[in-house]
Amino acid sequence: MMIRQAAKKALGLTPCQSTPLSVGIFRSYHENVIDHCDNPRNVGSFDKNDPTVGTGLVGAPACGDVMKLQIKVDEKTGQIVDARFKTFGCGSAIASSSVATEWVKGKAMEEVLTIKNTEIAKHLSLPPVKLHCSMLAEDAIKAAVKDYKEKRVKTNSA
Amino acid sequence: MTSKAVFSTIRRSLTKPRGGAVSRGHHLSTSAATASESYASDEHAILMKGVRISGRPLYLDMQSTTPLDPRVFDAMNASSIYDYGNPHSRTHLYGWEAENAVEVARIQVAKLIGASSKEIVFLSGATEANNTVVKGVMHFYKDKKRHVITTQTEHKCVLDSCRHLQQEGFEVTYLPVKTDGLVDLEMLRESIRPDTGLVSVMAVNNEIGVVQPMEEIGRICKEHKIPFHTDAAQAIGKIPVDVEKWNVSFMSMSGHKIYGPKGVGAMYVRRRPRVRLEPLMNGGGQERGLRSGTLATQQVVGFGVACELAMKEMEYDEKWIKRLQERLLNGVREKLDGVVVNGSLESRYAGNLNLSFAYVEGESLLMGLKEVAVSSGSACTSASLEPSYVLRALGVDEDMAHTSIRFGIGRFTTEEEIDKAVELTVKQVEKLREMSPLYEMVKDGIDIKNIQWSQH
Repeated sequence: MMIRQAAKKALGLTPCQSTPLSVGIFRSYHENVIDHCDNPRNVGSFDKNDPTVGTGLVGAPACGDVMKLQIKVDEKTGQIVDARFKTFGCGSAIASSSVATEWVKGKAMEEVLTIKNTEIAKHLSLPPVKLHCSMLAEDAIKAAVKDYKEKRVKTNSA
Repeated sequence: MTSKAVFSTIRRSLTKPRGGAVSRGHHLSTSAATASESYASDEHAILMKGVRISGRPLYLDMQSTTPLDPRVFDAMNASSIYDYGNPHSRTHLYGWEAENAVEVARIQVAKLIGASSKEIVFLSGATEANNTVVKGVMHFYKDKKRHVITTQTEHKCVLDSCRHLQQEGFEVTYLPVKTDGLVDLEMLRESIRPDTGLVSVMAVNNEIGVVQPMEEIGRICKEHKIPFHTDAAQAIGKIPVDVEKWNVSFMSMSGHKIYGPKGVGAMYVRRRPRVRLEPLMNGGGQERGLRSGTLATQQVVGFGVACELAMKEMEYDEKWIKRLQERLLNGVREKLDGVVVNGSLESRYAGNLNLSFAYVEGESLLMGLKEVAVSSGSACTSASLEPSYVLRALGVDEDMAHTSIRFGIGRFTTEEEIDKAVELTVKQVEKLREMSPLYEMVKDGIDIKNIQWSQH
């Protein structure tokens, strides 16, 4: 029995204790970011021409980040009932827009305009170099709301 | 009774499939990690830097470094234990034995590039060799020669050394490259001036894998009698290298790119016609006075053995790697459209495949490819938000520059690894294209280039 154990040890078959590996500060993804990238919520599109839909398209391919955020608004109550997003960008950009779609659902339009990029960044523990991704998400929300309002003005005046 | 227990354990260990998260013995076995969604119950899962992977990733990053060939390791091991003498000690057996080992390695390296062993100088790597040549040559001839010609796609160490020279008052011409990554020979001819002291063009590019027209460049330099330096770190042992055919005066070589150890490299310095350079390391005058310091005997021995193996196996490796490259490219192209190869496909080293996937961003692709070890030329993976300067020099569109992935295939890559990499890449690209607004726009027939983007 003892010999067997000694032989096992000699051959390196004992389960390795998990040595505390020093985790580098740089390039460490927060698990929320990984989660949103592996299982992104609300990916997809609404019909752009639907009057209850507002579309925000921000960013530029040259910068490496393009976000399209769409909100479906209940006309009577002014509440956002559903949201969809599509993003061309790094992991943090995808996660930021995914978080944005989750947070706008079920809120009034005026309320979502107060969502700040710093909150998104904090939720995802974004490093300083990725803060612009959360900024873009905030811009996308504002652009979507603006687009919906402009549409309503057009349909009302038509 | 006791021996039976020992033997039965050994037998069981040899037949049991080995998993193992961080055990040292499994470096070469890249047991293809299954991309299963739930890792919760997987006791072999590795959790590092917030990323959870179900096993060791497939290693497809041969341009950044290569695993040590076991035969090189054997030679280094023996040398570390037995050749511990200082190779520069003239007075006793230990020094002589170590010196012998170093000289054998010198011959092995020289044979690989068609040079004489007297022209090889060992140092710590290609970076040191590049620095020594670029700065050393110009400092030596600083009274008469004030101009350097290099390309925009050189390795960072060459570009940074040139930047350093510019700060000292020299002038540098950074030649642009054509869209296939090759140097325009006419432009090279035009940039030559009477006070040009050095032309530096890398043989095989580390990012895109294109092979420059070395013989033609060598001929131009010989005509104008200008020393020709090449950074051949990615070239030796992979494509046929001959310092006479190429007419190079200086060559930088690296150990860890040809299945040798890290921390060692060599510099070829031509003796006929003689070219002079100022050493970067002053001291006891070792290595013909060009690089003082005690040589790390076992590193040098490892490098020599790696070169000898590379010379023997170059043809076989080339066939194998070419086959795998075609398998990878065809596998990906069958399932996906919008796949662009960066750099010339004809004048290329097969083991380096740099692909751009349209409408998909590089860093998000890398993040999804966490079970494949590759690298990208995308902005997000560098510290600044700039895409790779090599891709930009190729004139790649800004949006495509963000989407490149570099697959590195090597001597030890297997077909199963390639197939798995194809499968994972296709799956991830399809998933990201589903999420991409650009892909959606293109499908709807909108021309992306005509849209007015709101920059931030």
